[in-house]
Amino acid sequence: MIETRNLTVRLGEFYLQDINISIGRNEFFVLMGPTGAGKTVLLEAIAGLIAVDQGSIRIGVKEVTALAPERREVGIVYQDYSLFPHMTVRENIVYGLRYHKIKKSDAKGKFERLVSELNLSHLLNRLATNLSGGENQRVALARALMIEPLVLLLDEPLSALDPRFREEIRENLKSLHKNSDTTFLMVTHDFAEALSLADRAAIMNNGRIEQEGTVEEIFRKPSSTFVADFVGMKNFFAVNFDGREARINGLTIDLGDVSPNNCKYLAVRPEDIVVSKEKLSSSMRNSFNGMITGLIDQGLYYEIWIESGKNLFKATLTKRSLIELGLREGMNIVFSFKSAALHLF
Amino acid sequence: MKVKEPFFWINISCGIIVMVFILLPLMEMLTAPSFSMLKATLKDRDVMRSIWLSIYTAGLAALISFVFGTPLAYVLARTQFAGKRLVESIIDLPIVIPHPVVGIAILSVAGKNHWIGQLMSDLGIRIMGSVTGIVTVLTFVGLPFYVNAVKNGFEAISPRLENVSRSLGASMFSTFFRVTFPLAWRSMLIGIIMCSARAISEFGAVVVVAYHPMIAPVMIYERFEGYGLKYSQPVAVWLVSICLILFLVLRILTLRTGKPS
Repeated sequence: MIETRNLTVRLGEFYLQDINISIGRNEFFVLMGPTGAGKTVLLEAIAGLIAVDQGSIRIGVKEVTALAPERREVGIVYQDYSLFPHMTVRENIVYGLRYHKIKKSDAKGKFERLVSELNLSHLLNRLATNLSGGENQRVALARALMIEPLVLLLDEPLSALDPRFREEIRENLKSLHKNSDTTFLMVTHDFAEALSLADRAAIMNNGRIEQEGTVEEIFRKPSSTFVADFVGMKNFFAVNFDGREARINGLTIDLGDVSPNNCKYLAVRPEDIVVSKEKLSSSMRNSFNGMITGLIDQGLYYEIWIESGKNLFKATLTKRSLIELGLREGMNIVFSFKSAALHLF
Repeated sequence: MKVKEPFFWINISCGIIVMVFILLPLMEMLTAPSFSMLKATLKDRDVMRSIWLSIYTAGLAALISFVFGTPLAYVLARTQFAGKRLVESIIDLPIVIPHPVVGIAILSVAGKNHWIGQLMSDLGIRIMGSVTGIVTVLTFVGLPFYVNAVKNGFEAISPRLENVSRSLGASMFSTFFRVTFPLAWRSMLIGIIMCSARAISEFGAVVVVAYHPMIAPVMIYERFEGYGLKYSQPVAVWLVSICLILFLVLRILTLRTGKPS
């Protein structure tokens, strides 16, 4: 549905370089990356709001690289909602209708469906400036979807919202996507959002795509240290590989079936580390002694810092298991992980 | 209650001095002419003609600024280009040039020795001593005020609103008239007020280009020169009053519909 080929955009000092992404029909695709990675620039290039220096963009069957934004059938929803402040909610929603050949009866049906799905009926005659954050974003969504675009671009639609509205809009997005043929392309820096909404994702950094794949793939098999770091990979070590083993500061880690082709780093997710008081008799090949040097309250769970040799491992535990195990700082414990849980770079 | 420091009292005193400095001369002038004199001046055809001329030439200058200045202000607010600073400085030039010099500069182009002046005289357009000349000069001095006010107005409108409008299928023209203009018209009105206020007060440049037909400031000057302070005051009072009323009406109009929502 969307395909960019070797897309290059120059904006002063900033570059988008060789962007190649391909997003399928009716897919929910998420673009992630730190601030300044170029996510919004890419979005605006796809929408035709920024000129492209090299490469091409294809939307549906059309090559749109040189097409004006109004002829691309690409809707856009910004983080700041960007509602027309001089119009009522109703006027905002139907703004784009006059530019599209949609039958009056169809438009009416569509309008009513969107209004009821997004729960906007009581707001229709209000000016767009007197709404709450969540309401604003629902109006922006209705306005963009009213004209049935091929693609809906969402620029961090959730990040300006209160947590309780965020949940609500997330559900809205999910059902809107399910009930329409529109392809969704959303920018976010929140991996949890990506996990809950997207089919596939790409990670951007410094104007380049670092990795593209299913969200699961990116989470489980980050292709670079940057991606691993970005998706929250902790326990990240530079190691010497020796056959099926890896050495990090005195610890020897059994790699199992994972082969270290030209890799220099090793990582384990904190949630893949099992903490126990004594050595467990399990299939986990890697089991080490360590001392707890820190217990950090992260709200829903605890992060446990374990020193082993000269290495610091981080594991996560629920509050409940923490209490059940009676863990305290300074305690000597055993921590284990499977070879299959290792990530090599 | 907090004890007021000397610093506070110095600020207040300076503020009062400035207020008095501005208001006292104006009040004196406004109250100097007797009622009968004001009435007599009102019946003086020459006076009324010159005040009317002042108002409509200034209005025309504002209209021309509106037509040509709006697109320019939009470009300056929305785009970055090499030499933008230079363009902005050029727009501000009429503010810093001494007024008689403006008149002389305009005449250097419109005079017989310049091909543009030749062309205009062939076409029957006269600058020297004509309403056209007055409007030209007033536009020259008023335009920067319009462009700057409207540029600020455009800058205050998020370009994202225009982006959204275009993504919804609207062309740039359509976007401008449905989104940008409704959000910017108030700043345009303010620009028009600023521009015409500046134009209506112009004397030095006009007197070089067109002593006749006589705009109000020139007439005030002439009466002062010829008959003294007493005879120039009533004209001044009428000019100031009519201008204040006009600007007040415009301001009220903008405030009433410009209710922030």
